[in-house]
Amino acid sequence: MTNQHEAGIRRRLRARPSAVAAAAVLAVLALLALGAPLLAALEGQDPTTYHDRLIDSARGGVPLGAYGGISGDHWLGVEPGTGRDLFARLLYGAQVSLLVALGATVVQVLIGVLVGLAAGFGSRFADSVLSRFTDVMLSLPTLVFAVALTAVVPAGFPRPLLLILVIGLLDWGGTSRIVRAQTLSLKKLDYVAAARLGGSPPWRVARRELLPALAAPVITYAAVRVPVNIVAEASLSFLGIGVKPPTASWGQMLSTATTWFRADPLYVLLPAAFLLVTVLALTVAGDAVRTALDPRERSRLRVGTRDGSRGAAEPRGAAV
Amino acid sequence: MTGYVLRRLGGALIVLFLLSALVYLLFYVAPGDPAKLACGPRCNAEQIRQVRGQLGLNEPLLTQYLHFLQGLVTGRDYSTGTGVLHCDAPCFGLSYQNDQPVTELLAARLPVTASLAWGAMVLWLLLGVGTGLLSALRRGGLTERVLTVFTLTGSATPVFITGLLLLMVFCAYLQWLPFPSYVPLSEDPEQWAWNLLLPWTALALLESAKYARLTRSSTLETLAEDHIRTFRAYGVRERTVIGRHALRGALPPVIALNAIDLGTMFGGAMLTETLFGLPGLGQLLVHSVRTVDLPVVVGTVLGIGTAVVLANAVADVLYALADRRVTLT
Repeated sequence: MTNQHEAGIRRRLRARPSAVAAAAVLAVLALLALGAPLLAALEGQDPTTYHDRLIDSARGGVPLGAYGGISGDHWLGVEPGTGRDLFARLLYGAQVSLLVALGATVVQVLIGVLVGLAAGFGSRFADSVLSRFTDVMLSLPTLVFAVALTAVVPAGFPRPLLLILVIGLLDWGGTSRIVRAQTLSLKKLDYVAAARLGGSPPWRVARRELLPALAAPVITYAAVRVPVNIVAEASLSFLGIGVKPPTASWGQMLSTATTWFRADPLYVLLPAAFLLVTVLALTVAGDAVRTALDPRERSRLRVGTRDGSRGAAEPRGAAV
Repeated sequence: MTGYVLRRLGGALIVLFLLSALVYLLFYVAPGDPAKLACGPRCNAEQIRQVRGQLGLNEPLLTQYLHFLQGLVTGRDYSTGTGVLHCDAPCFGLSYQNDQPVTELLAARLPVTASLAWGAMVLWLLLGVGTGLLSALRRGGLTERVLTVFTLTGSATPVFITGLLLLMVFCAYLQWLPFPSYVPLSEDPEQWAWNLLLPWTALALLESAKYARLTRSSTLETLAEDHIRTFRAYGVRERTVIGRHALRGALPPVIALNAIDLGTMFGGAMLTETLFGLPGLGQLLVHSVRTVDLPVVVGTVLGIGTAVVLANAVADVLYALADRRVTLT
């Protein structure tokens, strides 16, 4: 990419207030996640110590004091039932959330690009087999298979890695479709044809001529995937098959919150707010990246087309 | 036409067959020793050996898979040492927990999931198609802006957060609705609906955003077509143009999407069922995964997979039937 081109992209990103705001929110979140140990130390707490004195055992373990036990020692109160520090747990939860979502996105992009390139650039037979396979993967309910897969993995397997693999291995169909479609149209261009006629082996043509041209659409789609993967991790944790306790995660906190929503509303609202803000900021940022990388694209919401439900870029159904 | 439908269903059958092989392979080959799991944690080596014989785990893998397929079609018998446990077709095996046929477990859960799916569908269609139409007919202005925010937040909010917020407002704060507990429709229709209202709403809020978006774009596209302009030029009343002609063109994609979503819902809304404690298929899957009850996991996954694959096929056929511009070959 030329410098001028990059400057254009940066200018278009800065011209959108929503993009700037989303970027700021994401920067703060990343800092909170990375600085979790430091910030928790600053507060003087850690995410795993039980504080029996701070909860009312007569009332089943509701935090003592107003608003879930918010105090100078516990900035966002404590967890009902255990008295663990909520501020620290929320920050450490951000680590899990972002790590899993980004890792899963990388896996999805790797598989999607490989399969898509092979389908678009390979033989007709390879294309039909791979495309069918992609169709099948796209039609499977991801969350169901992710849940089922966790049943057959040995208990000792590191959980964050398992989550990354499960989400990444199941949900790459969209990326692969986009890469295949792009490859098919790139293949017809003169410079690619010239490279092939020049005698370069296919893999070198793919690496040197196709991959650079695929960067923009792949980055665009990957940006849209991250918030979806955040929700996937939260969903698995909500179902009790995410990271193992005592590691904190937002989904697991929300799952515990189902028994506390009457007595301690703040314990629902805090993890929900963190999760929602993250997802919304990532969605807005993804939209901005798309607009910036493709100037022809108007800044509008992604609308379904007539065959939108079967379209390539249309995100699949939400997890229910 | 018949040819297309048959081919599409045939394709779905092939996918289902591959799915069964894949799932079987994964779950019966990967996880160490099914016999140990079936027998329970307190079994000695002799007992495990016995269970292995009963489950037919000493046979070659292909034979085991064929037995599994055969069980699906004709049912099969398991000897327990003292007697014979019969498992009717379609037999997915017996639960490790209590030797109950998986099919029975699935059948017991289906009414709950079906109640959840149908009710939620009615709500999301009303809400989604309604707002979508409204915003298509009044382009620009406040309606469209509200819809934009609604679709963005609606589809980005996980269903368990929407559900928790609904619970906090309607169940804890206002105390208008009970914490849902499933009451069968045949027992008490009023309590059935009253208890399911919150789960339905939570699902509908999530799904309707997608429908609003699709209905809107589809309606706008139809309204821009020549035949609509012609109707208007002939002086056909606007109500007729929208209600009869524009809708007919706008709805096929909505119908197709709905078939897919209904199929997915029938596969069990895991998150919703877990949040509200509804004993449906999704909850069964989550529970069987936690207890490593492999036959139940396999049965549920295959059941859910079947629902989704069939729904996709039905969606394609419906789409073709509803949209007369699609020629079937």
